[in-house]
Amino acid sequence: MDKLIELRHISKSFDGETILDDINLDIHDNEFITLLGPSGCGKTTTLRMIGGFEQPDKGDVIFMGKRINDEPPHKRHVNTVFQKYALFPHLNVFENVAFPLREKKVPKDEIKKRVEEMLSLVMLSNFAKRRVTSLSGGQQQRVAIARALISSPKILLLDEPLGALDLKLRKDMQVELKKIQKSTGITFVFVTHDQEEALSMSDTIVVMSEGKIQQIGTPTDIYNEPVNAFVADFIGESNIIDGIMLEDYRVKFAGHTFECLDKGFDKNEPVDVVVRPEDVDIVPAQDAALYGDVVSVTFLGVHYEIIVDVSGFKWMIQTTDFVAEGAHIGLKLDPDAIHIMKKSKYSGMFGDYSSFSDEMDELSDAGGDEEE
Amino acid sequence: MKKHSVKSRNSSCRSALAPYSIWAFLFILVPMLFIAYYAFTDNDFRFTTENITRFFTTVSSVRADDGTLKEVHTYLLIFRRSLKLAVISTLICLLIGYPLAYRIAHAKKRTQQTMMTLIMIPMWMNFLIRTYAWMTILQDAGVFNTLISRFGLPPVRIIGTETAVIIGMVYDYLPYMVLPIYSVMTKMDNSLIEAAHDLGCGSLSVLRRVIFPLSLPGVISGITMVLIPSISTFYISQKLGNGKFFLIGDAIEGQYVANNLHFAAAMAFILMVILLVLMALVKHSTSRYVYGGDAK
Repeated sequence: MDKLIELRHISKSFDGETILDDINLDIHDNEFITLLGPSGCGKTTTLRMIGGFEQPDKGDVIFMGKRINDEPPHKRHVNTVFQKYALFPHLNVFENVAFPLREKKVPKDEIKKRVEEMLSLVMLSNFAKRRVTSLSGGQQQRVAIARALISSPKILLLDEPLGALDLKLRKDMQVELKKIQKSTGITFVFVTHDQEEALSMSDTIVVMSEGKIQQIGTPTDIYNEPVNAFVADFIGESNIIDGIMLEDYRVKFAGHTFECLDKGFDKNEPVDVVVRPEDVDIVPAQDAALYGDVVSVTFLGVHYEIIVDVSGFKWMIQTTDFVAEGAHIGLKLDPDAIHIMKKSKYSGMFGDYSSFSDEMDELSDAGGDEEE
Repeated sequence: MKKHSVKSRNSSCRSALAPYSIWAFLFILVPMLFIAYYAFTDNDFRFTTENITRFFTTVSSVRADDGTLKEVHTYLLIFRRSLKLAVISTLICLLIGYPLAYRIAHAKKRTQQTMMTLIMIPMWMNFLIRTYAWMTILQDAGVFNTLISRFGLPPVRIIGTETAVIIGMVYDYLPYMVLPIYSVMTKMDNSLIEAAHDLGCGSLSVLRRVIFPLSLPGVISGITMVLIPSISTFYISQKLGNGKFFLIGDAIEGQYVANNLHFAAAMAFILMVILLVLMALVKHSTSRYVYGGDAK
């Protein structure tokens, strides 16, 4: 795959506050790449830099091998779907979509043809003459996408485009966006704080926090092999326990030694151990190294989410079998359920569900507009 | 349930508006009815259209440039002159006011406040005093001519010309042009401007295709707020035009002072009707370009 955009050592600060700190990122042709992170992590600023709305303090933005730091937005082969769509209220749907073509003085017949094609791609063929202010959120969204795609940009930037839609519509749009990306072959750079959205749509996820890239990888990589406690916690649910890597394939935590699939650490190196809630098997207490009492049980439709107190550390387990509150159960961990991470500055900040509700508050603060 | 709450909110809105409704009735509607009543009555308050016809038919002879006497319709001539000066002043206000409002709206918050205060300060002063100040500046031996003579330029005759009257009107009414345009511009969503850039527009094109159309409501209310008072303005023309450019406002004032209340009312009434028709035309001809509803 060809590199379309390269970000090289990009730093940016506003009013003395560092927003981006040495960002390096390659974006390839025909890729659906998602910048994922809590609000304030710098994902939108990164996007705006590719769009040309912000200039880096340090570093280079490279487009197909050419440095474009000083190129204004209207000269870049990049279009944006803005967070609140930014449709022109004085123009109807047709004219909004035709806007970039009129600027390029494309002949009238061709404009008509291309706008109609684009409107049918986003399933708004019957809405050409409507005022954009009379459309629903989902329809406005489609107009914004059509308008951004009509000049066939190399890259489409999408700044939390689904944030304002309700859950059902958001799911539909996710599928549709993915479809549009596949059919047009245009590279999508998608910004979101919603990890589920990122996992379901992306070819590549870039997890960001505090102006730094934490991890770049495919959704499965990011989920199965998080590099640190921040990523493990931000993507899905995780139990993160302090451990010691005794030797390759042997890790000690919670007072016991377990077999695992990880290697390449120093002898007796302190590590973070990640266990996903769905990877824990529930067994009778006497058959397991780890055992404890069920503190709470929450029914979530597909599964139950239970919190188990194992000598002070609260584990989250997701299971399809009902377990009563107060039951004494054992936790069985297979080697492939255990993932080992190097210690990082995020160690100890996440992954213990004794402060579950606090953490939920924090998360919902971070993604304020996620609530319905 | 919902219907009820909407209804009760409406009625509470109405009761909140009550003081204004009473005020508007007493001080806007009633005086207008009085003007109409006076316009169509004679000194004994009997119905007559004589005052109205007098406006259209009064003839007087003026000496034209070549020295010959010419018959003209006095008040129609005065009205045409008022309209001409008002339109010129409004256009100049728009040409100065629009870029000014644009610059202010795109400046830093603090600069915006300072600029707006500077624009408002003259409005705190009485308009007579402002007019006198312009007399001092524009007189033959006034501030302006003294200044340019320093640079060795010959004095310019400004006072007593149409230019002086226009300068006075532009100065007085400029804030009424800047304020509504500025207010529309500050409310404009910046992401629309970014979107236009993103979709291929250079700065000039953004101004032409997005900013200007979106600021049209402000431009139209600015034009209204300048055109109407400048058509009916008086005193500026007497002081800065040396009385040579008698305007319709001056004519109305003169008739009131001379105690010809019925004819003064008739002129005011005619002016009002003409302005209403004019504004309706402006509104009708621009409505196509002004988007309705909210700007969200």
